[in-house]
Amino acid sequence: MFSYTIFIMLLPLLSFIVLGLAGMKMKHKVAGLIGTCSLALVTILSYLTAFQYFGMDRVDGVYQTVVPYNFTWLPLGKLHFDLGILLDPISVVMLIVISTVSLMVHIYSFGYMHGEKGFQRYYAFLSLFTMSMLGLVLATNIFQMYMFWELVGVSSYLLIGFYYPLKPAIAASKKAFIVTRFADMFFLIGILMFGYFTESFSFSFAGHGANVVMGEGTTPFIPVDIVRALSAGAFILPTALTLMFIGGAGKSAMFPLHIWLPDAMEGPTPVSALIHAATMVVAGVFQIARMFPLWITFAPQALSIVVWVGVFTAFYAAAVACAQSDIKRVLAFSTISQIAFMMVALGVSLPGHGTIFDDHAQLGYMAGMFHLFTHAMFKACLFLGAGCIIHAVHSNEMALMGGLRKYMPITHVTFLISCLAIAGIPFFSGFCSKDEIITACFSYSPVVGWIMTGIAAMTAFYMFRLYYGIFWGTENKEAHAHHTPHEAPSCMTIPLIVLSVITVGVGIYSTLAGFLGWGGSFGSFVSSTGKDYTIHFDTQIAVTSTVIAILSICLATYIYKGESQPIADRLYKQFPRLHRAAYKRFYQDEIWQFVTHRIIFALVSTPIAWFDRYIVDGTFNFLAWGANEAGESIRPWQSGDVRQYAVWFLTGTVALSLILLCI
Amino acid sequence: MVPVQYYFILSALLFFIGVYGFISRRNLIAMLISVELILNAVEINFAAFNRLLFPGQLEGFFMSLFGIGVAAAETAVAIAIIINVYRNFNSDNVDSIQNMKR
Repeated sequence: MFSYTIFIMLLPLLSFIVLGLAGMKMKHKVAGLIGTCSLALVTILSYLTAFQYFGMDRVDGVYQTVVPYNFTWLPLGKLHFDLGILLDPISVVMLIVISTVSLMVHIYSFGYMHGEKGFQRYYAFLSLFTMSMLGLVLATNIFQMYMFWELVGVSSYLLIGFYYPLKPAIAASKKAFIVTRFADMFFLIGILMFGYFTESFSFSFAGHGANVVMGEGTTPFIPVDIVRALSAGAFILPTALTLMFIGGAGKSAMFPLHIWLPDAMEGPTPVSALIHAATMVVAGVFQIARMFPLWITFAPQALSIVVWVGVFTAFYAAAVACAQSDIKRVLAFSTISQIAFMMVALGVSLPGHGTIFDDHAQLGYMAGMFHLFTHAMFKACLFLGAGCIIHAVHSNEMALMGGLRKYMPITHVTFLISCLAIAGIPFFSGFCSKDEIITACFSYSPVVGWIMTGIAAMTAFYMFRLYYGIFWGTENKEAHAHHTPHEAPSCMTIPLIVLSVITVGVGIYSTLAGFLGWGGSFGSFVSSTGKDYTIHFDTQIAVTSTVIAILSICLATYIYKGESQPIADRLYKQFPRLHRAAYKRFYQDEIWQFVTHRIIFALVSTPIAWFDRYIVDGTFNFLAWGANEAGESIRPWQSGDVRQYAVWFLTGTVALSLILLCI
Repeated sequence: MVPVQYYFILSALLFFIGVYGFISRRNLIAMLISVELILNAVEINFAAFNRLLFPGQLEGFFMSLFGIGVAAAETAVAIAIIINVYRNFNSDNVDSIQNMKR
């Protein structure tokens, strides 16, 4: 029934191959059209899949997991690496998110990347990325997920390094790839541990229904042998899952592996919107969501690691974002902070008292996925809006902006809508998801709840600092003298409008549904038990968080709205070191540089390199020297002297005949 | 009659004189003459053994005749080679062929 889903994977792959091989021979427009049309088809198929999947009847109140394709790629005795497609509520939701944002980015890039050299290459890499991300979420087993995980990393590397003639871009792309690859080492160890002890890579525990509907001709899932894993030791599964989480933490930019994300802003802004805001960076969150049944049942204590890493990262990123002057860096740190929110949401989602899958206690799972959905939409809108601003002002720095609301009305309104969403104002989508996360945090521990509320307040503050810094305040007349900023062309503003409409639409419906108790909101599609969950807002928490958000916005307005910012300047003078530390991201990059250069390179790598050069290479050089010397010693035999040859011939004959006589 | 061992001794003597001559002479024609000596010694050997072991049969003599024929052909080839060597290296010494020397 879902046999068309294979095209969701094949179309972007085909478009990558065509654009990659023949792109340079095509005109820009043709390449862009091929990429965009293939993606439009993918989007249509994704929506069709979602419509059909969520339209299916539930079995025992739960959407069944459907596996239309699963074939064995590499059989290895009992384990085998499969490639396939798995449809389950979270993967279908991710399909919608990825395809929508990717389509918006494709359309937007027509305008943003207009005239760039390498336009076709850009669209080829966008297709590669989309295919990889889709493969990641549709994976039927952890190894397929890992394979596409690495492919996503490669696409990110290629796209960040798009402006490769520039040194910062190359450095940033290398940094991104190396940091995520380092984290993926732990992921791989986790996978191997998991596969060894449970003798399966398959997501046979995926979904919540007892039956997984396999398509015809698919390789069946090997059930995950939990008994065997547990008998090897109770720490095995938590360790494997935590190692996998470390891999996810690298990809999702959790502290301290977040260092690559701000630098990744060197790539083109639509790339930042697609990869580093909406899709790739949520891969870590998706991984935990996918493995969630195992986390809940066998490693609930390990979830506390997830929570505290998330809380610290959220706070750290929010603190740094308050002091950044480059608009893309503010958005990057904001992304890190919001993904930390999603991680915290998953982490606080613990079993309730009594049954394992208790409806209310596991709110965090639903909230985290809901936030993933809403965040993807409004963050992509923010980044694309930032792209319009950069396009108008030709710079990323806030100092050159200010007062842009007169010149760019559409960008202004959509940016404002997204800022209101991220700040958590009711009737915008961010409020619903963030409120659910905070509710879940409060039911886990009040400490975590209040910390996350505080961080939400900081979020509202720095986002509105950004908003006022760009659109209000004094205009930078000198910069505008050369080139008056103008609104972006319609192919760039239409995606902004679409994403804002989604944000507002989902927001209005979910807010009303949450307060009035309607069904049909996100919880009826994705929830920890799989059953239809009606979101009810806890009035106390909702009111508290809204009031705090409004207060933060007022504070930001008070400080940043005016023509000049005396309070901000006074604070800057009073706390110069704190400001500089925050501006320099609390020296995390310098710490990592120190650790890698002074400790790892000097103490570990240098001796190993010495060993390799002198001992390993030395052995082989010695063997070669020996062979050479042996050859040199035999060389005089080939003298070219016929008489010497005759002597040897005679000697040999005499010797041979003596031997034959004696035998 | 001459005892048959004397033929063997003669044949051996001629063979090793020929070998010595091949090794020690520098002139190519002299080396060729030595090779002829070796071949002739071998033919005497065949004839003598034939007379000793197979008195009524003639296979050994046929080998000798064959050997004489082969010696003649090989001499022709060898003279051709010697002439080419002389033309290229302008000398009739075996030491003059230096191309393959280190």
